[in-house]
Amino acid sequence: MVIELKDMNTYAPNTWCLGCGNFGIERAAKLAFVDLVNEGKVKRENIMMVTGVGCHAKLADYVNVNSFYSLHGRTIAPATGMKIANPELEVIAFAGDGDAYGEGLDHLIFAAKRNVDLAVVIHDNRVYGLTTGQFTPTSPKGFPGRSTPKGAPEEPLNPIELMLTCGATFVARAYTVNVNYLKDLIKQAILHRGFALIDTLQPCVTFYDTYKYYAPKLYNLQDEKHDQGNWDAALSKAREWNYEVDEAKRIPVGIFYESDKPIYGDELSRGKDLRDATIPKIGDILRRNI
Amino acid sequence: MDNEYSVLIGGQAGDGIRQASDSISRFFNRLGYWIFAYEDYGSLIRGGHDFAIIRAAPKRIFAHKDRVDVLIALNQDTVEKHRWRLKERSTIIYDSAIVKADGLGLSLTDIVKERNLPPVVRNTAALGALANVFGTDFQVVESVIRSSIKRSIEENIEVAKQGYDMAVVRRGTFQIPTLKNPPKPLLSGNEAIALGAVKAGMKLYVAYPMTPSSSILHYLAANTDDLKIVTVHPENEIAVIGMAEGAAYAGVRSMVGTSGGGFALMVEHLSLSGQAEIPIVIFLGQRPGPSTGVPTYTGQGELFFAMFAGHGEFPKIVVAPGDPEQAFYLTSDAMNLAWKFQVPVIVLGDKHLSESTYTTEIDEERAIFEEGKRWSAGGEYKRYSFADDPISPLAFPGTEGAVVKSNSYEHDEYGITTEEPELIARDHEKRLGKMKAIEDELRGRNTVMTYGNPGSDVAIVTWGSTKGTVVEVAEDHGLSVVQPLYLHPLPTWEIGKYLQKPKKVICVEVNAKAQLSTWLKYNGFRVDGNIQKYNGRPFTVEELDGRIKEVIG
Repeated sequence: MVIELKDMNTYAPNTWCLGCGNFGIERAAKLAFVDLVNEGKVKRENIMMVTGVGCHAKLADYVNVNSFYSLHGRTIAPATGMKIANPELEVIAFAGDGDAYGEGLDHLIFAAKRNVDLAVVIHDNRVYGLTTGQFTPTSPKGFPGRSTPKGAPEEPLNPIELMLTCGATFVARAYTVNVNYLKDLIKQAILHRGFALIDTLQPCVTFYDTYKYYAPKLYNLQDEKHDQGNWDAALSKAREWNYEVDEAKRIPVGIFYESDKPIYGDELSRGKDLRDATIPKIGDILRRNI
Repeated sequence: MDNEYSVLIGGQAGDGIRQASDSISRFFNRLGYWIFAYEDYGSLIRGGHDFAIIRAAPKRIFAHKDRVDVLIALNQDTVEKHRWRLKERSTIIYDSAIVKADGLGLSLTDIVKERNLPPVVRNTAALGALANVFGTDFQVVESVIRSSIKRSIEENIEVAKQGYDMAVVRRGTFQIPTLKNPPKPLLSGNEAIALGAVKAGMKLYVAYPMTPSSSILHYLAANTDDLKIVTVHPENEIAVIGMAEGAAYAGVRSMVGTSGGGFALMVEHLSLSGQAEIPIVIFLGQRPGPSTGVPTYTGQGELFFAMFAGHGEFPKIVVAPGDPEQAFYLTSDAMNLAWKFQVPVIVLGDKHLSESTYTTEIDEERAIFEEGKRWSAGGEYKRYSFADDPISPLAFPGTEGAVVKSNSYEHDEYGITTEEPELIARDHEKRLGKMKAIEDELRGRNTVMTYGNPGSDVAIVTWGSTKGTVVEVAEDHGLSVVQPLYLHPLPTWEIGKYLQKPKKVICVEVNAKAQLSTWLKYNGFRVDGNIQKYNGRPFTVEELDGRIKEVIG
């Protein structure tokens, strides 16, 4: 059955600010889901969204597919559990930068290390929106947030570099304004067999409006013959911009790295279907203890 | 009790005391005795002092005694630390190469050295000697080794035979009669918990190592293919419960296991289970806290923690098994109740239950899979549909025609976030209404165990592993014992039946704040006295006997 974009809508009233970067991600995600279903690549009932807590997470209410509106920083572990329970699910975690790179960083690192077959879309606005304007792990040093009025005292984390070193097998960066490109990336991330992360640069019109900063500095890696199968080249491209404020630095978007590695779960389940409710007999096991 | 025997084997960490304890238990099991084995060890890998007391009796026992008949000393410390346990007729079997003592000295060290075997095999030689001291045939030892030792079986049998032969001078110090009972499975509490969960459909077990819960993970991980389950050891306890809840939401019965410190990390997700109505079973194995506390010892200081853990108000069940059979059936019930009511259920145990070994008679057919309320396709699916019944039918992602929206925020029936006051109030009533439904269900289940003399003027109330010692001592004194299996909700309707008549109600528990006693009083029961212990060790029979005598006069 062919589905349309409007089938992805719910009745939940949208409460994002006018001009919020989340709209681009929402539209790209819905378009990606519709495409994948209509192309026969994914069953609608197998689309599984997991969100954390923060402005990004309202997406769970806005998209008419299965969703697990989790806790702050806790998208990845439940998503991994769903994948173990039912490998047919296409699990896509949406998380903020504070959520995935701060509160829940341990889980992100381990999901990359394990190469869990997940797609992770980070709404990286580099500021806490819902808690009204504090610095995040990717805010530039000196960022004057409400918890750091004299300027953030820390250097930002470079999530692209981090994910590469943790073993992620699909690492990309996108910009929310370019919805069609983001849609394509989300589709690729979902279809990628392994752990895929898209760090999506997203302006926050209320607390950190970066539209003007990003626009002239972005370029696409795939336009410049970047070898996305080369990990060293990917790392060097990742380091081209370290999330600092520097008018002279260009910001690459696109796919930094993509590779094929065994995924988490295959060895774990060894062919068992955990949804099979058959109860084993334990008589033999008990007899071993005699 | 006539014809009961206790053996203590002691050495350093690394001497294989746990394995030796298992072999000695199997030895008595083959002679038809009921076993209780207590393990005492420190939080270290080498050095220190480890020991086990294996008690064998002609009838069911759930506790160990201070006094022993045979002391097996693999080092000098064991003799010095445990000499006080010896009775007039007791014997010491010791490694004469490194230990000075009176008794049966055998150079266990040389027996293994001659064969280039590692020192840990000394305890096999000791087992051989022990069998001869009890006057049994060597075949019993050989059968024990073949069932319990996995590597170098023939060498171990040779070593045991040499120990057996060398002990001929003390052959039959104890003439142990062979009983007619067939040998039965020897289970630790943790093994029983693991198997009980499996019988109620658990397919995924997730845990981060932490004493005393770790052996559930080890046991299940070693048996994943036979049990058709998956075990996962993730990065930390937050991931543990997150994964389990994700899997449960996706339709797979899941359990996690931990101790107090790990449970502290899980509490945020416990609350998520309450709000999002995700069925989950948590095994909480208590050890003495606070904080790191005393990792390898026992205590019952987390009753309140288990009952009251979680931000916000939500339904929850806490069960507290007191022995492996109860652990088997109650963990199975815990899983079924979690899925029937879509709530978190905590199986509250402790080190003493988790790691002690007991003779068991488990009827696996008695632990059954009970289905929860499922959505039958047709119409729009609403994850939190709420008519009169607070239990909404379950559908899982991947179900055609169902959009399954689970939410940590307050939500409407469909699962979409809300801040509307009417809905918030109604959701609270829906969720908390489950406690009433749970109580109704529990009224039809076995929630309280009673033992001893029902006509006694003194009733002892106890919970968890402590019931083992309590029941034995109370029976000796003709007292009655009440053991609630469910602590939250407290089966007041059932407990009340047993606490009205007795003139004196005494609570026995292994904690400093008398938590069960406080909880009973909160629920309107009278408690006249408390017997407590909080030094990391469980009550022994002799010790509790003395304490009870003080109270009953």
